Amino acid sequence: MANVTLRNVRKTYPGGFEAIKGVNVDVGDGQFCVLVGPSGCGKSTLLRMVAGLETVTGGEIDIGGRIVNQIEPADRDIAMVFQNYALYPHMSVFNNMAYGLRNRGMKEAEVKTRVDEAARVLELTSMLERKPRQLSGGQRQRVAMGRAIVRQPKVFLFDEPLSNLDAKLRIAMRVEIRKLQRRLNTTSIYVTHDQLEAMTLADVLVVMNGGQVEQIGNPLAIYEKPATTFVASFIGAPPMNLMSTRPEEIRSQLAGSGAADAGILGIRPEDFVITDQTPADGVVLPLTVEAIERVGAETFVYGTRAQEEQRIAANPGELPPGEVIVRIPGSEAPPIGQQIRVAAMRQKLHLFSGDGRARIEA
Amino acid sequence: MQKQAIFQAKLLPYALVAPQLAIVLIFFYWPAFQAVVQSFLLQDAFGLSTTFVWFENYIELFKDAAYFEAIVRTFLFSFAIAVSSLSFALLLAVMADKPLRGSMLYRTLLIWPYAVAPPVVGVLWIFMLHPSLGVLSRYLRGMGVDWNPLLDGDQAAALIILAAAWKQISYNFLFFLAGLQAIPKSVFEAAAIDGARPMRRFWTVTFPLLSPTIFFLLVVNIVYAFFDTFGIIDTMTRGGPGTSTVTLVYKVYSDGLLGGNLGSSAAQSVILMVMVIVLTGIQFRFVERKVTY
Repeated sequence: MANVTLRNVRKTYPGGFEAIKGVNVDVGDGQFCVLVGPSGCGKSTLLRMVAGLETVTGGEIDIGGRIVNQIEPADRDIAMVFQNYALYPHMSVFNNMAYGLRNRGMKEAEVKTRVDEAARVLELTSMLERKPRQLSGGQRQRVAMGRAIVRQPKVFLFDEPLSNLDAKLRIAMRVEIRKLQRRLNTTSIYVTHDQLEAMTLADVLVVMNGGQVEQIGNPLAIYEKPATTFVASFIGAPPMNLMSTRPEEIRSQLAGSGAADAGILGIRPEDFVITDQTPADGVVLPLTVEAIERVGAETFVYGTRAQEEQRIAANPGELPPGEVIVRIPGSEAPPIGQQIRVAAMRQKLHLFSGDGRARIEA
Repeated sequence: MQKQAIFQAKLLPYALVAPQLAIVLIFFYWPAFQAVVQSFLLQDAFGLSTTFVWFENYIELFKDAAYFEAIVRTFLFSFAIAVSSLSFALLLAVMADKPLRGSMLYRTLLIWPYAVAPPVVGVLWIFMLHPSLGVLSRYLRGMGVDWNPLLDGDQAAALIILAAAWKQISYNFLFFLAGLQAIPKSVFEAAAIDGARPMRRFWTVTFPLLSPTIFFLLVVNIVYAFFDTFGIIDTMTRGGPGTSTVTLVYKVYSDGLLGGNLGSSAAQSVILMVMVIVLTGIQFRFVERKVTY
């Protein structure tokens, strides 16, 4: 049981590359914190710094009230689950889990009790004598989890633990990890590039980009009020539609709603409705339907606006300029090539400064 | 993609492999066959008469105490060379595997000794450790060691082992480094988080994961120590003082070419041939079984 606090943490590599540019995060006792961001944003580096596998260039890492900057990984009372699981290939499942306990001089009887208990929880009891190469991907993943939980550490660290699993198994393991963490109530930090994983797992979501924190908070709060255009288009799939407020078509509709400073307008795909009416207060866009994606319960309509749109800054979703995604329930959609009008209510609009770095509340 | 070439003409494939076959037959099988034939013959000292004596050369050999001494000596040498060379190379490889500045440079430098021919190795070490010329001999005497490998058989043996092991370090180093780099870094990191200190990490994780490499190198080193140390022995001690550095291979040479006993020499080389076949067989069997942990 411990808080994890990062105070102005920095990492500069010998070559001069700044991987982490001053990060402040506070993870409360028993909370599940997810670091999410595109590859190369520094999230794994940050996690490895908490683990003690990377040195800290500046700032402080505090685990349970103790500054651990100079403390060896073994003495930080943490356990880590690696992306490739990092099981010891020459040891049986039992020995893989027991290794960390034996290294700490635990009595063999106690080791056996702990490993058996973890194996029971993770349904590995029948596989204790097998070698890792005799296990499936999901089973290896569970052994890696087992190796972490037998130690009963203060903090769990997960480095993209599900990215080597197939889609179905990933969802199942995601739920398992969350249930396990709730039950053990152990502070956890989890790194992923998958925004869906991040949304579903996190108590505290940290969105990172370019070695910096873009936004920290409750996942739903972040989804509803993204602080930057980066967060807006990274969190949520399909990404938020971002468009410049400069064209007359949009400026005229926003006039009088106190959004004079806004340079970028964002609208989530599900906040659009296809309608012939013009709402009292909102934005209407005429679109030409270009493509339809039906996924069963919902349908994505890809349309292009009549006017050419210039590219928007900080847009990891990377919609082509002028393209708008509309998400509608069910499977009925307008035919390709048809002209449609989509409308979004005023309270569903997100307004950002021209550089995309600040959210503007109208 | 078709991997097999199909020839229409019947003779062409045979013509294409003929040069290689000719080389193998003329330079390998013919001398080997000659050795087997020779081992059943007894020639007088002037080469005027030759008698077919069946297994007498072999029987003589196994009655000869000197031959048994040579066998024991060869095994001791091989063991000492393999163990010292392997352990030192492993130590170097573990050091060189760390991400340090200039690692490419000293990795390259560590590989160089392998390019030195065995007789040159012998000459180099003699220059350093010759009782009257050697640079290092002065220091050894300064430290009170009565260093004279030209008179002391044990010291001569140590000298051979040292030079032979030194030459083989590069080769072993290369394989160990490759073996170490094939182990995912995260396994070591997991062990570090699991509370294993560096020494324990080495013995419980690195060493077992390197065991296939270690086994492979052990066989290669034994073969090397058996057969490829001839040049070193010949330049450094010529089997002396007395017979204290005569190995099986050197004995083939000294009995046959120096002693003129061609029959016995041939019988010895046939025995060596059998040993090589056995060692190679062992190696193939275990190298093909890729995962041994």
